[in-house]
Amino acid sequence: MKTFDYTITDELGIHARPAGELVKEAKKYSSAIFINANGRKVNAAKLMMIMGLGVKKGTAVTIEADGEDEDAAIAGLRTFFSENL
Amino acid sequence: MEQYQGKTIFNKIAIGKVFFYQKKETQVKRRHIEDAEAEIVRFDAAQKTALAQLDQIYEKALQEVGADNAAVFAVHKMMMEDEDYLDSIYNMIRRELINAEYAVAATGDNFAKMFAQMDDAYMQARAADVRDISERLVAVLSGSGTIAGTLAGSQTGSAAGTETVAGTGIVTEINAAPDIGSRTGTDTLAPDEPVILMADDLAPSETVQMDKSRILAFVTRRGSSNSHTAILARSMNIPAVIGIDIREEWAGKTAIVDGYTGTVIIDPDAATLEQMSAKMSDDERRQQLLKELRGKETITRSGRKIHLYANIGSVSDVAQVLENDGEGIGLFRSEFLYLESDTFPTEEEQFKAYKMVAQNMAGKKVIVRTLDIGADKQADYFHLEKEDNPAMGYRAIRICLDQQEIFRTQLRALLRASAFGNISIMFPMIISVQEVLESKRILEEVKAELREQDIPYKDVEIGIMIETPAAVWISEELAKEVDFFSIGTNDLTQYTLAIDRQNPKLDSIYDPHHPAVLRSIRMVIENGHRGGAWVGICGELGADTSLTETFVEMGIDELSVSPSFILPVREAVRKLS
Repeated sequence: MKTFDYTITDELGIHARPAGELVKEAKKYSSAIFINANGRKVNAAKLMMIMGLGVKKGTAVTIEADGEDEDAAIAGLRTFFSENL
Repeated sequence: MEQYQGKTIFNKIAIGKVFFYQKKETQVKRRHIEDAEAEIVRFDAAQKTALAQLDQIYEKALQEVGADNAAVFAVHKMMMEDEDYLDSIYNMIRRELINAEYAVAATGDNFAKMFAQMDDAYMQARAADVRDISERLVAVLSGSGTIAGTLAGSQTGSAAGTETVAGTGIVTEINAAPDIGSRTGTDTLAPDEPVILMADDLAPSETVQMDKSRILAFVTRRGSSNSHTAILARSMNIPAVIGIDIREEWAGKTAIVDGYTGTVIIDPDAATLEQMSAKMSDDERRQQLLKELRGKETITRSGRKIHLYANIGSVSDVAQVLENDGEGIGLFRSEFLYLESDTFPTEEEQFKAYKMVAQNMAGKKVIVRTLDIGADKQADYFHLEKEDNPAMGYRAIRICLDQQEIFRTQLRALLRASAFGNISIMFPMIISVQEVLESKRILEEVKAELREQDIPYKDVEIGIMIETPAAVWISEELAKEVDFFSIGTNDLTQYTLAIDRQNPKLDSIYDPHHPAVLRSIRMVIENGHRGGAWVGICGELGADTSLTETFVEMGIDELSVSPSFILPVREAVRKLS
């Protein structure tokens, strides 16, 4: 399992659109991908659960990837977060 | 006449007849089913149809409101394909052996509640998105077609759970629905007459599917300014007010929706109607100007270009400048920083404000006038003594040259901000060459300080306000010391005519068109040019379009006006030969 930490800088936090894009990104990989925030852990392929986390600007999140392509997943998601969130 | 106060979503005025939009009561009944797998097949087909509808809505939104705003429907699609959402529906059908409609409605309610309970207004507003997709699914399942039934017309038939694309249901005619008349209880609604649409609430997909040419305004009881519906109304340029306790008996009545104030008036009296019609036509004229003149040059027919800048008094005014296509900022009154504060604003606070304006104007000129406090503008912490004649008293540059620490702090903040855009510095209330030299000397000292500390700044243009008769008479000498003049016609009129502009008894003789004022302006322009300075006007006279021709003929280089006057002045200049 690989992880990385990220602090959200987007003014609106993980709002609907980037949540949708995050799901798309997460679904590219075969690894199981989770996002930890506000003391909860949800599957990054599930839009409603991600939105339900209520991640705001300044929230620290931890992304986990577990599976064969976990290295690629972590690299891809790291880029995704820094560009979109 | 009745008047109601709500919250405005979009600044625009509409006058018209009220049309009451009620969602068809999609009463979802719980039914027992025998064959869960057959019910799931029926649900899957409905979901496929609903997804295809969303594709079509997305396409329509893309064309009408742009990719950013259309994205909500891509999100709707993803919500409709969300694993947890679908699992919940499947589980209910299988375990409880209930019909798909009920499973969808119950699941939708649960997810909507989850969002509604979040502590963030934005996420709370997402509850409406979940309801929207759930209603769409229920409509397809039950063959009723939500909006289709009331507003679209053609969707109903094809939405009956078949796999064909039901997308012809995109609303083209709000009056196409056969039962509008009976629902609103009015038959005064002519088939082609656009209406003020009132509804309890509107889903984003309903909003975007409506035919814009048939809608004058939206008024809803519920909704939030964060909702996608609100965002869509804004991008569709339709006035909208929310939080109005709408009543069915208003249907068919005349109403005024004032999106500037958030007021809704039902059955307006003749005077109100006349007044609001005038406000609306002014507004429409401005909108028309916006459309026609945005992005155009401020240039006479013979090709003389005038720089048309804006006067602003705070950072937030920049939005209006950009909206009205200002070519720069000709007067940024820095006083607000001092007047809004209980103590001297720090260098850092000032730097941030100037930097933000410079960055938002993206390389366009931003002329900041240094502190012009005193006279009618007072801040307690300056401890200014009460004066008998404050307009002629201890104010503006006189304070700055006397209490230099205040001045240096502001100049440091301005120079630091200059690295982030195109800032110019302007000194107010100048009466002598000596004052200009002294101000410039202090500015040079501050620059040297910054260089020592390796803090970047750009070379800035230096200008002065011409607002005293003294400055008018020595304008040729002054011009040699500065890059530009900006004529402050309000004070110049007051000092030239010796009329206190705070005294209402003198209003009738306070005449900014007085030949003494106009000749002063001509003299300043000519002397300025002779001494190598460009010359602008930043007083109210600059926006007086009856004088635009005179100023252009005198050789004015720049006019700086309130944001709302930018386009009328541009129009006036473009008409000149």
